[in-house]
Amino acid sequence: MHPILARKGRLGPFLLAGIPLAAVLTGLLARPGAFTVAESVSLALPLALVCLFLLLPVWYTCRAVPVRGGSPLRIVLTHAVAAALTSSVWVLSGAGAARLLAPFWGSGFPSRYAGEVPILFSTGVLLYLLAVALYSVLIAIEAARDAERRALELQVLAREAELKALRAQIHPHFLFNSLNSISALVGTDPPRAREMCLYLSDFLRKSLALGERKSIPVGEEVALAKAYLEVEGLRFGSRLTVEEELETEGKECLVPPLLLQPLVENAVRHGIATRIEGGVIRLEARRTGNRLRILIENPFDPEAPPRRGTGVGLANVRSRLAARYGSDAFFAARRLADRYLVVLSMPAQVTE
Amino acid sequence: MTDRAAPEIRVLIVDDEGPARSILREMLSSRADVSILAECANGFEAVKAAAELAPDVVFLDVEMPKLDGFEVRELIDPEIAIVFVTAYDSYALRAFEVHAVDYVLKPFRAERLDAALERARARLGQPRTPADPTSLAAAARPPGTHLSRIVVRDGTRVHVVPVDKLDLVEAQDDYVCLKTEGKKLLKQQTIGGLADALDPNRFVRVHRSYIVNLDRLERLELYSKGSYVAILADGSRIPVSREGYARLKALLGTEDGA
Repeated sequence: MHPILARKGRLGPFLLAGIPLAAVLTGLLARPGAFTVAESVSLALPLALVCLFLLLPVWYTCRAVPVRGGSPLRIVLTHAVAAALTSSVWVLSGAGAARLLAPFWGSGFPSRYAGEVPILFSTGVLLYLLAVALYSVLIAIEAARDAERRALELQVLAREAELKALRAQIHPHFLFNSLNSISALVGTDPPRAREMCLYLSDFLRKSLALGERKSIPVGEEVALAKAYLEVEGLRFGSRLTVEEELETEGKECLVPPLLLQPLVENAVRHGIATRIEGGVIRLEARRTGNRLRILIENPFDPEAPPRRGTGVGLANVRSRLAARYGSDAFFAARRLADRYLVVLSMPAQVTE
Repeated sequence: MTDRAAPEIRVLIVDDEGPARSILREMLSSRADVSILAECANGFEAVKAAAELAPDVVFLDVEMPKLDGFEVRELIDPEIAIVFVTAYDSYALRAFEVHAVDYVLKPFRAERLDAALERARARLGQPRTPADPTSLAAAARPPGTHLSRIVVRDGTRVHVVPVDKLDLVEAQDDYVCLKTEGKKLLKQQTIGGLADALDPNRFVRVHRSYIVNLDRLERLELYSKGSYVAILADGSRIPVSREGYARLKALLGTEDGA
């Protein structure tokens, strides 16, 4: 949109700029051997007004041949032609004014004006270039603001995506299965039912609180995973065992909250649950230099009936890592015979 | 047991999670008209128990080790009434396709289980046409996917054949004979139904009675004018019909090896 014409109330201040312009033109014309001051003012006022209106459309020329990205030759040519045309029209309008003013300043007035054409034409070209400079600055400011707004929008979108990912990480089926187990234990083993309620609350409280933070230490993340596995442990009984190997240094590194949750969930649903005899889920976190490495390993039955939904959790972890660390993070999931191995590597950070 | 009461319903409980079995046992055993024959913790046990004990109703989980609930359904007597019991609502449509009498979502109330039993009882009283084995097999895989494994029951034993290891299928009356790793397995299913379930880019019905795994196809030989035989990797010779030849040609292009 045109910066001056787009909004009401801008045209008035813009026309006020005609006053200094008229003053400059008066100074230019009121020279000994050219015009008197009174004659100069009478010419300068219409010239200034016409000039302002002639320079308004220069905005569109500037937009049509942007300084950035266009070929230099095309920019120079376009503006040269436009400047010559604009200045010519301007000088001609001055000639018209001189003819109209002839009754006041004598019949020689138009021919005296003709003597000033070269200097006025040059002034017109200069004024055109000045307008180009001003508009280019305005366009640059507008572009910078656009870029800033777009960056902000992207940030909001990324945050939304992350929140959506978080919400998707806790499967309702986990809750339904857990509640079914509690429903069963209430009849047969009330103390264990109570225990399960407490584990479940523990997991839910932690996951809700952590979800609001941007980063949490690996130690807390693993504690959450273990609360989850405690609940699943009551479901699967002796089929589920957990082993962890956490280095003190690795524990302190920060990761996005609930990053491991989908992986631990997969380890249960697509690993332990597929085996009659169950198995061990192994969690490992280690800091080596400025890298943090996390490993999750579980056995699975390669001949198990196919279950849906393996890819979602992995894609989720992958995209969250990429959103946080870009190409600085590494993620790999491998099947080794009857074991499934997930390795994550990212920059070791202890402060945000 | 009162003689005026409805006849006893003999049930099987199948779930890989201990607590899930125990809640079913608790609720079902409180009813005088139900007798629990056995509890099974996986699909293999379920198929064996169903074959040996011939229950009226099976309360069946879906996601289990070895065989899932739909594969169990496919392998047991179609006359047995099935009540799926699962935390997932997403299997309901497939459950309907395999003529399950009910679909109970975990966790559930005793009343919900009673209602499922009543539906099963109503079903048991009626003579009905058993579910078509082909449609049972079709529902045993997620919609929009091809069969990745075939389950076959041999008495009380279950064979699981990954399709990668399937060489050849031959139609034999109401059965198909699956050739895999030098073995032959018989399964009650039509060859057309099986052909529909397999990936058409890997398994080609070369003849009314044969499906060939393309990986096992060595070459085609001209048998007589306009008719071919397929030679497989193990040397066996399979007749190829005109339609079968057209299907092969469409898949393999013009290189027919003749």
